[in-house]
Amino acid sequence: MDWLFFGEISLAGLAMGGLYALIALGFVIIYKATRVINFAIGEIMMFAAYLFLAFAGGMEMSPWVAVPLAVLGGALLGGVIEKTMIRPMLGESPIAVVMVTIGIASILVGLVELIWTADPQLLPSFLPRQPVFIGELYLAPKIAYGFLIGMAVLVIYLLYFRFSRGGVALRATASDQAAAYSMGINVRRVFNLAWVFGSLAASVAGILVAATGGLSPQFGIIGLSVLVVVIVGGLDSILGALVAGVFIGWLETVAGAYLGGEYRMPATFAVLAVILVFKPYGLFGTHEIERV
Amino acid sequence: MRIGDAKQTYVADEAIWTTSTQKFWFSILLLGLLIFPLLANSYLLYLGCLVGIAVISTTGLNILTGFTGLISLGQAGFMGVGAYTVAWLSTNTGLPFPITLLLAGLMAAAVGFLVGLPSLRVKGLYLAIATLAASVFLHFIFAEWESVTGGMEGLSLEPAHLFGVTFRSDFAMYFLIVPLAVLAVLAARNLFRTRIGRAFIAIRDRDISAEILGIPLLRYKLMSFALSSFYAGVAGGLFAYFYRVVTPESFPLTMSIFYLAAVIVGGMGNLLGGILGAAFMTLVPEALKLLTAALTPFFPNAPVFMSPMLEIIFGALIVGFLIFEPHGLAEIWRRVRRFFHLWPFRS
Repeated sequence: MDWLFFGEISLAGLAMGGLYALIALGFVIIYKATRVINFAIGEIMMFAAYLFLAFAGGMEMSPWVAVPLAVLGGALLGGVIEKTMIRPMLGESPIAVVMVTIGIASILVGLVELIWTADPQLLPSFLPRQPVFIGELYLAPKIAYGFLIGMAVLVIYLLYFRFSRGGVALRATASDQAAAYSMGINVRRVFNLAWVFGSLAASVAGILVAATGGLSPQFGIIGLSVLVVVIVGGLDSILGALVAGVFIGWLETVAGAYLGGEYRMPATFAVLAVILVFKPYGLFGTHEIERV
Repeated sequence: MRIGDAKQTYVADEAIWTTSTQKFWFSILLLGLLIFPLLANSYLLYLGCLVGIAVISTTGLNILTGFTGLISLGQAGFMGVGAYTVAWLSTNTGLPFPITLLLAGLMAAAVGFLVGLPSLRVKGLYLAIATLAASVFLHFIFAEWESVTGGMEGLSLEPAHLFGVTFRSDFAMYFLIVPLAVLAVLAARNLFRTRIGRAFIAIRDRDISAEILGIPLLRYKLMSFALSSFYAGVAGGLFAYFYRVVTPESFPLTMSIFYLAAVIVGGMGNLLGGILGAAFMTLVPEALKLLTAALTPFFPNAPVFMSPMLEIIFGALIVGFLIFEPHGLAEIWRRVRRFFHLWPFRS
């Protein structure tokens, strides 16, 4: 076994996993606050990446302007989706709400194809290009810097939820909606905020992932990997999202490198199946107690 | 206005057709289905066959999702199992279609049974993800188990045959598919007059309460999975005979979503809704194709916009129905009927 190769692959996988963790964080924020499983998260990422393409490629803005604009665009999209399509579904069965997000995903794919055509695109490069070495291990610069940016955003998020007023409101709503409401927290605004923040995290990750792997309307398929991450980690656990994100990203890359690309999905879904059988609520998820 | 159908016995109350008007219209429908292929051109026949297959599969998914409340994203995978079973059997053994279709259904039911096994421990959306995992594995097996499934190239098969008759044309296939579809729906209708069907509904409404009432959850959930997959397997088998080629790409994840959408657009937990939804969702893309063809002379690049528009319309239909008409087409149909029942009085 070639340990150097294994090390490099693992490193790339871990870096990818860091981005998965960021997307999963966005997913978990939305789930914790609003109990909505967002199947459209991959498409929201894609939309933000296309926005970046339009700003940086089409309008030739500098990345320093284009990235924040695209990320804000993605966040705005999340807010609009919540206001117009998720809000009316309040109180409906979870199946129905999930189907709405699937429908939204389909609409977004169609819109992207309509505006930017179905052809694959390359994002203008905006990350530094000098190769990165950690010890002897080579890491592609796009992946390395993508990982660093992703981690920075992730840390900001965690701090925000820990200390800011909005973050506390979000956590309060997540743990007990009625109590939060009676304490004067505007639950509706929190719902909207959760979608905005969730989409924001996804948008950052979307631009970073698209910068390494290219962009096409099928980009949203990454949402499936993220789904595996959040189920393995536990739908309502931020810690779970981080741990499982890194692990699944690593596993996917290693399986792809050693067994071939067609094994990437089955490998991660096998882990998912095992987790579902032995720990149905994920590694760190809250066990739901049902009463009649 | 409908009058004079007060029911005096439970038998009368449980009957499938309660009034002579219903019987009359149902005979008209059957007659129409019988005459349709004689009048229709080949394109309409093709659509008829597609709708028939979709009706069988949607009815199956409706049993699982609409009546038992177990959401499944694996319907396309189960159809694939049926299709591959038929393709393999008819190529390697030459069995006639009634046997291959039955085996396809049973094979899919067995796979559905396996997939349903986690359903006691996990439910709701976790279960949906488990079925998603199953469909990923199935797709992987279809693509990689080359000695049986032919890998990415797939399998091609001979037309269905029985007693020297081959079902080659769409015209012949229509007479294979549509009677099976009618049979499938009637069987499902009868299912919900039995203990099993009622147990399914009880599980949907509240599974813990159902268990307290003496319904063994695991057994009935597995039964629902197996039944639903059986329908999917038969539909997949017909799909194989209809296109006569089966590849892993014939059954993508979007197809599972398509059937779920058909159930929702039609009306969850309503067999008529399943039929309407299947027909509607199959015909909308075709209508859009016709519209595009009509617009092309005026807007030369209309075909470019067709496929994205299809995605948008597909999504908008799901979202729109769920927000504005949660009970689906069946509810619209009920309102129309009610209008005529009460006419000339206002409802």
